[in-house]
Amino acid sequence: MSLDLTRPEGAIAEARRQSEICNACRYCEGYCDVFPAMFAERTFTDGDITQLANLCHNCRGCYYACQYTEPHAFALNIPAALAEVRAESWERYAWPGRLGGLFHRSGVAVAVALVVGIAALFIAMRALVPASGEGFYAYLSHSIMVAIFMPAFLFPVLALVMGVRRYWAEVGGAPLRWAHMKEAARRTASMKNLSGGQGQGCNFEKGDRYSNARRHAHQAVLYGFVLCFASTSSGTLLHYVFGLEAPYSFFSLPKLLGVPGGILLTIGAAGLVALKMKADPALGSASRWGGEMGFTLLLGFTGFSGLVLYAVTGTSLVSLMLAVHLGAVLALFLLTPYSKMAHGAYRFAALVRDAQRRA
Amino acid sequence: MMELESSGWDVIVAGGGNAGLCAAIEAAETGARVLILDAAPKPYRGGNSRHTRNFRCMHRGPLSVLTGSYGEEEYYDDLLRVTKGKTDEDLARMTIRMSEECLPWMEAHGVRFQPSLSGTLSLSRTNAFFLGGGKALVNAYYNTAEDLGVSVVYDASVGHVVIENGRFTGLEVDISGKTHLIEGQALVIASGGFQANTDWLAEAWGPAARNFLIRGTPYNRGRILRDMLDQGAESVGDPTQCHAVAIDGRAAQFDAGIVTRLDCVPFSIVVNRDGQRFYNEGEDVWPKRYAIWGRIVAAQPEQVGYAIIDSKAVNDFMPSVFPPETADTIEGLAQKLGLAGNALAETIREYNAACRPGTFDGTDLDRLSTQGIEPPKTNWARPIDTPPYFGYELRPGVTFTYLGLRVDRTAQVQTGNGPLSNVWAAGETMAGSILGEGYLAGFGMTIGTVFGRIAGQEAAKYVA
Ligand SMILES: Cc1cc2nc3c(=O)[nH]c(=O)nc-3n(C[C@H](O)[C@H](O)[C@H](O)COP(=O)(O)OP(=O)(O)OC[C@H]3O[C@@H](n4cnc5c(N)ncnc54)[C@H](O)[C@@H]3O)c2cc1C
Ligand code: SF4
Ligand code: SF4
Repeated sequence: MSLDLTRPEGAIAEARRQSEICNACRYCEGYCDVFPAMFAERTFTDGDITQLANLCHNCRGCYYACQYTEPHAFALNIPAALAEVRAESWERYAWPGRLGGLFHRSGVAVAVALVVGIAALFIAMRALVPASGEGFYAYLSHSIMVAIFMPAFLFPVLALVMGVRRYWAEVGGAPLRWAHMKEAARRTASMKNLSGGQGQGCNFEKGDRYSNARRHAHQAVLYGFVLCFASTSSGTLLHYVFGLEAPYSFFSLPKLLGVPGGILLTIGAAGLVALKMKADPALGSASRWGGEMGFTLLLGFTGFSGLVLYAVTGTSLVSLMLAVHLGAVLALFLLTPYSKMAHGAYRFAALVRDAQRRA
Repeated sequence: MMELESSGWDVIVAGGGNAGLCAAIEAAETGARVLILDAAPKPYRGGNSRHTRNFRCMHRGPLSVLTGSYGEEEYYDDLLRVTKGKTDEDLARMTIRMSEECLPWMEAHGVRFQPSLSGTLSLSRTNAFFLGGGKALVNAYYNTAEDLGVSVVYDASVGHVVIENGRFTGLEVDISGKTHLIEGQALVIASGGFQANTDWLAEAWGPAARNFLIRGTPYNRGRILRDMLDQGAESVGDPTQCHAVAIDGRAAQFDAGIVTRLDCVPFSIVVNRDGQRFYNEGEDVWPKRYAIWGRIVAAQPEQVGYAIIDSKAVNDFMPSVFPPETADTIEGLAQKLGLAGNALAETIREYNAACRPGTFDGTDLDRLSTQGIEPPKTNWARPIDTPPYFGYELRPGVTFTYLGLRVDRTAQVQTGNGPLSNVWAAGETMAGSILGEGYLAGFGMTIGTVFGRIAGQEAAKYVA
């Protein structure tokens, strides 16, 4: 009797092949949430594999620990196999239809989107010079800003909701419960799945040595993004609820949230880029390397340009930097459902689903 | 390569598995200049240790991931039971006692532990599992060794130990097709058993050994062991014995590791090439019978067996890596397995007729026994009557061999004329000094860690 060890066609089939080997081994159980979820099954539907893939944070612990990596005939590479399934799933769920692939794969496309975003802002500022207004509103009136950014914010949210609904159906998610959301939030807040299971971190940039660098950089980006978002939201509240209009002083809520947020976002993204340069591309989705890199740079650039915009307050550079920063924000928002940024939504959904499984 | 030969190594460690790494780290920590030579290329470094999952550890109370307590007497009793008394009490008790301090030492040198794996709860008190398994342990030790300045050469197979007047002076080592003489002050031999050397196995077992599968590394070929025995080193352990379990017959000849283990035997009937049963499949719970089935299958024609189950039993055991053959009829299954359909059908008919009503309990001895057939099946005997039917091919999978170098409490290698003054041995290559026969899960890594550390300390003391 001989056995066919060739790799099957398709990312899901390949991940299934590897998962079945893991299921007979189980040595990696303690690294992350993926393996306990995997070992609870004997056979894997496409939805099961997709859920495992979105649960995986690509910490790579299980690659360096595996006795079956190449040149062994079993050719295990769980981080890469799951990364492939994960990225494909985001492209598949993208709504509407086929908007996904391009920005996932191509860093150049992300850069082009950024340029287009900035150009759009320039054109808007040229064509629609406000009659009056203070601060930024002297360059672009508040109503025009709202007219651009309200849809640019709401549409991606809608698109993500549609995508995650498809995901939820495919992985067989149950009705949402507060406890599961809380558990997922707890794991997100601590990036438990990049902790190596015991706080020693992951195996990203230093091969088989553990390091928390990526976990920390990722949290800087995550918290930076949340702070920036909170800053904008607080500005909106001040504007509409309290009638307090921008510009805000340094000791206002928008600035107290936004400045540290921008700094964290910039430093974190720079860290992620540096780590990604050192890491082995063969342990991720190699074909998406460019898109991921492009997106991380865009994220960092958005934070950085915001800081620069604040720094040039009162100088002649404000109009230039305003267009650059708002253009970056526009590109970031619009690309969110169709780029690496979407991982946040699916990852959170996967964590909620896993909390349901464990409950 | 010139630097390698004339570098003035204090301690050379032959073999970079668990035992060799423990020795290298201990020696390097004293400031000694240490060289590790391993026959494998880097991706396959770590020998059989790469495939392990846990080590057995004495402890007086909860320790790291270990629950409860596991004292010296209970540990020693367990060892006596599996070895049927064929052990060296002094060395065995010393190993057991020292295992307790090994765990914190391992943690301090980069090894991480995880709670007992799903499906192995019965070991949570006695065996500490490595996070990520043996390869993660090996990686951690290589990193620690590197930080301590230990040099490592892969693809370096030691062919001859130069011994002059009872003293080791250097090694002849094959590196990229050339033989180099590498000199050193002290030698630690940690090169495992000889199970990957099929010719040697065949000498001991006869031609049947050529049908055995080797569960671990293809690089443990006993080259150093043979060379040392030829030069008068004293041996221990029965040359005709090896630890063999029944594994999936479709596994590769080498290195398939843990995933080809088959846990279905107690819930199956096992027939040979002729479709005949030959041993009580339900004799005891599987962890207690796992290690005898290699030998049982090895005694059958062509060293092959076939475990047959029906769809009732499919979920009663841990999945293995290869899917079983399956068919809706016994004859169809027999055909897929290459067995005579009528012989298998007849065996199953007889067996089914011998099954008695009762309550099946897959988690414990359920005394659901056959009546009136030979051999009986004394537990979990349910008729095989619910299609689809499934079949797994079983072959003996050799874990390690028992023949090794005799050592004393200080891991020093013995000859007819007393110990070699500057040669120590650790791990599988001397395990026969303690394990005369049988095997206690997790004891291989314990022996390697305890004796690796001792060997490293002693060698360092010698060169200091
Ligand atoms: C699948 C499997 C699972 C196992 N699970 C466990 C477990 O969970 N717990 C446990 O305690 N035990 C387990 N064992 C047994 C365990 O692997 C051994 O007891 C232990 O690894 C022996 O360690 P070692 O350092 O002596 O040998 P090894 O780890 O085998 O290292 C020997 C090294 O020597 C090198 N070498 C050989 N010849 C030469 C030469 N001529 N020149 C240079 N280098 C050479 C080899 O390349 C190898 O790297 C398992 C074994 C297998 C096969
Ligand atoms: S990645 Fe490798 S070591 Fe880890 S569970 Fe899977 S097969 Fe086992
Ligand atoms: S890469 Fe990390 S998170 Fe992903 S499955 Fe492996 S251990 Fe888990």
